[in-house]
This record gives sequence, structure tokens and C-alpha cells, in this order.
Amino acid sequence: MDYLKRLGNSLLAPLLALGLALAVTSIILVAFGSDVVMVFQQMWGYGSQASSIALILNLATTYYLSAVAVAIGFKMNLFNIGVNGQYLLGGMAAAAVAGHLSLPSYLAIPITIFVAIVVAGAWAGIAGWLKVSRGVSEVISTIMLNFIALGVISYTIIRTHVGEDISVNVRGTRTIPKSGWMPGFKLANSDTEVYGFIFVALLVGIGYWFVLNRTRFGYDLRASGMSPSAALASGVDSKKMIAVTMLISGGIAGLVALPDLLGSSHTYTLNFPTGFGFTGIAIALIGRNNPLGIAFGALLWAFLDVSSQQLDLVGVPQEIVTILQGVTVLAVVIAYEIVRRNKVKAQQRDVGLALANQEVGA
Amino acid sequence: MTETATALALTGIWKRFPGVIANSNVNLSVDAGSVHAIVGENGAGKSTLMKILYGMQKPDEGTITVAGVQTQFNSPSEAINLGIGMVHQHFMLAENFTVLENIILGNEPKRGVSLDLMGARTRLSELATKYSLQVPFDEYVSELGVGDRQRIEILKVLYRGARILILDEPTAVLVPQEVDELFAALRDLTAEGITIIFISHKLDEVLAIADQITVMRAGTTVASVNPKQQTVTASELAELMVGSELPKPDTSENTVTDKVVLRVADLAVVNAGGKHVVDDVSFRIHSGEILGIAGIEGNGQAEIVDALLGIVAATGEIEFLETNIATWTTRKRREHGIAVIPEDRTRQGLLLEAPLWENRMLGHQTELPNARGALLNPAGAKKDTLRIVREFDVRTPNIEVHASALSGGNQQKLIVGREMSGNPKFLIASHPTRGVDVGAQAAIWEHLRTARAAGLAVLLISADLDELIGLSDSIAVLLRGKIVTTVDPQTVTPAVLGSAMTGAGA
Repeated sequence: MDYLKRLGNSLLAPLLALGLALAVTSIILVAFGSDVVMVFQQMWGYGSQASSIALILNLATTYYLSAVAVAIGFKMNLFNIGVNGQYLLGGMAAAAVAGHLSLPSYLAIPITIFVAIVVAGAWAGIAGWLKVSRGVSEVISTIMLNFIALGVISYTIIRTHVGEDISVNVRGTRTIPKSGWMPGFKLANSDTEVYGFIFVALLVGIGYWFVLNRTRFGYDLRASGMSPSAALASGVDSKKMIAVTMLISGGIAGLVALPDLLGSSHTYTLNFPTGFGFTGIAIALIGRNNPLGIAFGALLWAFLDVSSQQLDLVGVPQEIVTILQGVTVLAVVIAYEIVRRNKVKAQQRDVGLALANQEVGA
Repeated sequence: MTETATALALTGIWKRFPGVIANSNVNLSVDAGSVHAIVGENGAGKSTLMKILYGMQKPDEGTITVAGVQTQFNSPSEAINLGIGMVHQHFMLAENFTVLENIILGNEPKRGVSLDLMGARTRLSELATKYSLQVPFDEYVSELGVGDRQRIEILKVLYRGARILILDEPTAVLVPQEVDELFAALRDLTAEGITIIFISHKLDEVLAIADQITVMRAGTTVASVNPKQQTVTASELAELMVGSELPKPDTSENTVTDKVVLRVADLAVVNAGGKHVVDDVSFRIHSGEILGIAGIEGNGQAEIVDALLGIVAATGEIEFLETNIATWTTRKRREHGIAVIPEDRTRQGLLLEAPLWENRMLGHQTELPNARGALLNPAGAKKDTLRIVREFDVRTPNIEVHASALSGGNQQKLIVGREMSGNPKFLIASHPTRGVDVGAQAAIWEHLRTARAAGLAVLLISADLDELIGLSDSIAVLLRGKIVTTVDPQTVTPAVLGSAMTGAGA
């Protein structure tokens, strides 16, 4: 009973948010003169096909990693806006190294992952170091580092021997030999492979939960986020926490490039998909930094992305989905605040009731 | 009293919150031009009643009559329109504004679109002269002391046209001399026909100033006394308040040993502005000794605590059990047995949005039973939290509720229980009973006494002079960051201590 009540409470906010987002989008669709039911039917019909599901899972894997990278910073009020630059740089470095590895899979893949983590982590570490030693806001420095990363990548690919001509007018890192690819799997009735990296994302999610809730480090991190002053008084070294959290956040960010790199593109070109870092921020917000919530958010976001491709075919601008995604983020923030306030009130009432009973009993 | 008109009357006021009845059948009748005190322990319903009076909350039942007219108001601004103004315990002033700007803030006099500062100044000067509330209008509030700030708050409310002033614990932040000044000002105000509602739990002060006293207990008004007509003593009032006798802070026998637990020499802390906020402070605390620090708030107490904990940079020697710990991190100091009951429990002592058992870990997250190596041990922490809840009488339905759901007294008992766990050697207790009710206060005093008898060294910082005198083995008086004198609590009186704190005597 108590358990059911708690489960109900934790589902209330996301459902409320989703309902709110759908309502707002419907209003916009009506304003556009579209048939609301038809639009959602089309999206669901296309999005629930097996090949679409594989695409959704692949996209969600990438989104999930990006959102966890952001969330771990959010947990201590550290805003890593630079996941984008971190994963691009880490991805390029990993691709460059992997292209030159002629090792069996069980060595090549871990080395590739390791390089991505270290390079992206170090890039984030610059922002951490600037904050700790000079008090530079990590929001500013990570945004700036995004631009610098793009410049460094273009230069490296175009001007140095790291880049090669992959095909006409496309320069990228040397294609990774087959032994360095990560095998995927196919869903029934579909030719599209699901990236094997989805299992790495799963492990990252479990690890994220474990570190936050079961380790001293995680406690210090959460305490710093909930009350910096109380954390300080409890003996948390805030500078060390900032530096370490930034490194971890960047390290996870490094993984963002890998589902695509190891699963399908196998080379880092200047056309490598960008922008996942910002999507990650939105999904971390939707998921309230909770590992399961983020998974839900990543799947939802990926579903909307994939199913929106169908909309142009039925004459509805697919930007409507961008609106839906944006409204979802806002709705989640509002819905959680409402539910949180209710929860606080309910708890105070419970305490009040328990005390009243005690006094009657005494 | 020349006029006996009723300025304000409440009849049959009820206010229920989910699960608790904050006010039940409250009746109050306040004569115009009098000082009417409302006394009661924490949780007796004083603050709810006060919120109803100045429009923050609406009663569920009952009537409010102002100057003979039955009325109701929904917000503080409606209350002030009816002439009821609130002077808060914690001043709500903008530090970087001048006194004049602060007073007119939110109610700016305008001439066309520009600010009519001249007009405001003239009106305020008249008010200040009429009620003998002199304040320096052009100084910045950040430059002023507590007494001045309080006068500003009172003027601010009068400027808005209040005829009935509600003062919430106005003497809590004042030293005895400032209390006398305040009382003189209140008498001038009542002489001019202003009505004062004085909320307090300091009974001797209430007896000194009030024309009428209403006692609240368990949410209702239980008695009304007129000290001018019938003699009533503080202990009689106390009995009315709690239904039994007030507990007293009192350490019976001397438990001080000759083992020095903490030795501080030439401690100094310099703030960001380059000012010495702690200067040349030296003291020793022995095992089984409570050293009290008396002083008006803001004279370096918080900085001494931070320096002892290693949160701020300090110079000088800090020796703990004959080891120099000046270079230790906060965590290392805490792991070696320095416990702290922080000054501001919600800011420094609790994670409000975390369950009680996670709060059990705070400050002890590296120690048994909360952690094993790098891993947390939630089961151990939960078990020990249950023990604290039981032994320290923390009133809570379970240990999964967030700390924010507990009342202040219960939060404080949880903190005291936590800090007494794990065999501490030295305890820093900053205002350990601030804002807790009489029952919790007595319990916390008892825990401090027991721990002292068991050999704990305690640094006690408190604004409650009775608490300091009752518990301490020795009292050091802090003024502008320096220890100006050390007194023997056996012989000192609050009045003498008060003069030393302001630098007037000693």
C-alpha cells in the first residue's frame, strides 16, 4: 500500500507533464489547421515499426549517455554545458587512435573507449580547473570550450595527418578496422542493427545510480548540491568535488560519440553528428537526474525525433515535434515542482498527525 | 491609561493546518494605548496568532474587530491599511540602502514621477521626534547596530500609518541596556496612543513592560493577567505557560579535569575586506569543561567556529589533544572527534530535502556506522538513526521523512543526537537551544550536562545569557573579535555580562 502510493507519486509528475505537453501541442496543431488525431496516429504508427524502434534505441543510447554526463554535474549544481565539445573532441581522438589499432576486439574496443573518456574528461577538466583555481563560472568556460573544440577538430582533420580523404570532399579519421567495431544485434522484422553500445549505456546508468546512492563520494556530491553550506561544514572539500565531478562528467561525455562511431560510421568526419550535448541537458531535466527517469526521457525524445520524420509526408511541419519537445521540458519542470510541493505538504501533515496521535496517547 | 477603548479584539479564533490545530478558540482583547504581551512556549500557537493578526494567514473561524469594527484582511498590506503593522524578529532591511531609503522602500513618496525624498524626510523627522525614535537617516544600514535597526523597523511600520504594532521577540537580539532603551521607546509610543502587542517568552521582561498579559498554551489562550492590578511572578506565569515549572540550565558539580582538550593561541581571522574579525583569541578547554562565549552576535563568534572547523583560513595555533591541527582539513578534524551543533541548523546542519537517516550521515559520512570504506552503509545509518530518534526523543513518524518536515526543536534534537554519537572529544555548540521549545531545551541541556560529566570539552556560544551562566564553567566575553574579559559564571549577573558585551563595563 505504502509502496503503491510511492510508485503512484513518482509516476504522477511525468504523466502530468506529458499530458500538459500533449495538450499544448494539440492546441498548436489545431491552430495550424491540422488533424490532431491523425498526426498522433501517424507518429505512433511509424514510430512503433520494428525498424523505427531500432533507430529509436540507437538514438536513445546516445541521448542517455549525454544526459547522464549532464546529470552528474546537475546533482551538485555544476552546469556542464560543454558535453557537446567534450564528446566531439573525445570522439575524434578515439577514432584517430582506433583507426591505427590492429588489435583483437577485446583490446581494441576498451582502448577506444578509454581514449574517448580520457580526452573528453581532460577537456572538461580545463573548465573544472578554471573554476577551482580562478573562480571562472563553468557555464561560461564550457560554452567557450565548445567553440574551441570545434576549431581544434576542424584544424586537426583538415590540416594534419590525423585526417585522410575518406571519399570525395569528405575528410575524416582513418576508418576503424573491423576488429575495432562493436557488434550490434537485430530486432525481429528489422534490418537495422541496434548498437551493442546500448549495454555500455545500461552499465553507465547502473554505475551512476550506485555511485550516487551507495558511495561516500556520491553522498558528498549530493550534499554539495542540496546545501553547499552544510556540505562544507560536514567536511566536504568543495574544490576537490568540483574538479572530480567535472572530470567524471566529461569522461561520460566522451562515451556519447561512441555508439555511432563503433556501431555505424567507423570514422570521425567533419559531418559527425553534433548537438547531442544540448539534447542531453533537456533530457537530464526531463529525467530529473534520475537514472530511470533519464532513460524514459531519452526514449521519449528519440521516439519523437524518429517519428517526426513521418510528418512531412502527411503535410505537417515536423518542427511541431521540436515544439512538443520544448514544451515537454517546461511541463516537466512545472509538474515536478507542483508534485514536490504537494509531497512536502503531505509529509508535514503526516508528521503533524503522528505527533497529534502521540500526544493523545501520552 | 486615559482611554480604555479596545483597539483590537479577537473572539473564538480557530486555525487548523492539515493534521494539527494551531489555534483553538483564541480570545484576545487589547486596550488602545497599552502594551499587551502574549507569552507562551514555542509551539503554543503564538506565531500562528501573530500571522493572523498581521494578515499573513486567515483564521478558519472567529472574528477580528479593529477599533470597534468587525473586519477581515487577506494580506499584510490590508492589515497595514487598518493600522496593524508587524516588526519582525529578523530585520528585513536592505544593507546597502540608507536608513531613509529603507524606511520608504515599498511605499515611496512620489511627486510626479520622481521620488519625494524631502517630503519623506520631513514627515519622518516629525515621527521620530514625536515618538523619540532617533535614527541617523543618511547612514547605511550596514553601518548600524541592532538597536538602531530595530528602531528603523518600528519607524518603517509607523511611517505606513500603523496604530497597532506587533513586536515578535523584540528583545531576542538585544543586550540588557538596549532592552531598557527599547522599553523606554515603547512607553513613549503608548503615551502617544499607539498600541503594542509584545510577543515574547522572556517573562521578566514581559513583567517589566506589559500592561496586560495573555498566556497561550497548546494553541489556546489559557489566562489573562493584569500585572498592574495583581502581583504575579515570573514563575507563576511560567507555570501557566507550561503547566509545570520551568527547567533551569544548571550544572551541579564541577567536572573540570586538568586534561587540556583544546588549546587555542593567538587565533586571528581576517575577512575579505581585510578586517580582523577575530583577533588575538586564546583559550583552553579541559576535558569535562564547558567554556561559554558571551557576546553580541556578529562579534566574531561565527568566525571562531569556522576557524576551529577549518572552514575559513586562520592564523595562530589550534592544538587538539596535544596535536597541532591548524593545517588539518575539516573532514580530518571531524573524524578525530570534533563535533559541532551549528549556529544555523537549516543552513549548516541539515540537508532539508533528504530523509532523516541521510541527515544522520552528514558530517559523519566517513565514519561508522554510516560508511565502510568508500561505500555507504544505509542499513547501519538507518539503525543508528532509529536509536537517536528513540534516545533523543525526536518526534517523527518514521526516519524516511525529509528533515524539512520536522519542527525546529525536533531537527535540533536530531542534530544533537548525531553530534553526540561516535564518542566526540570536543563539541562546538552554537546556540544549541535557539528556537526550540522548553521541553526540548531542557533535554538538550541535560544531554550537554551528561556529556560534560563524561569528559566532553564544550565550547558553548549562546545569546541566552541564562543558558551561558547556567551551563558554563567559565565565560569569555567577545567584543569586536577579541576576548575582552573572562568571568566566573558563579558570581556574574546578566546585567554585568551585558555591560561587558557592549564594552560599557568591566
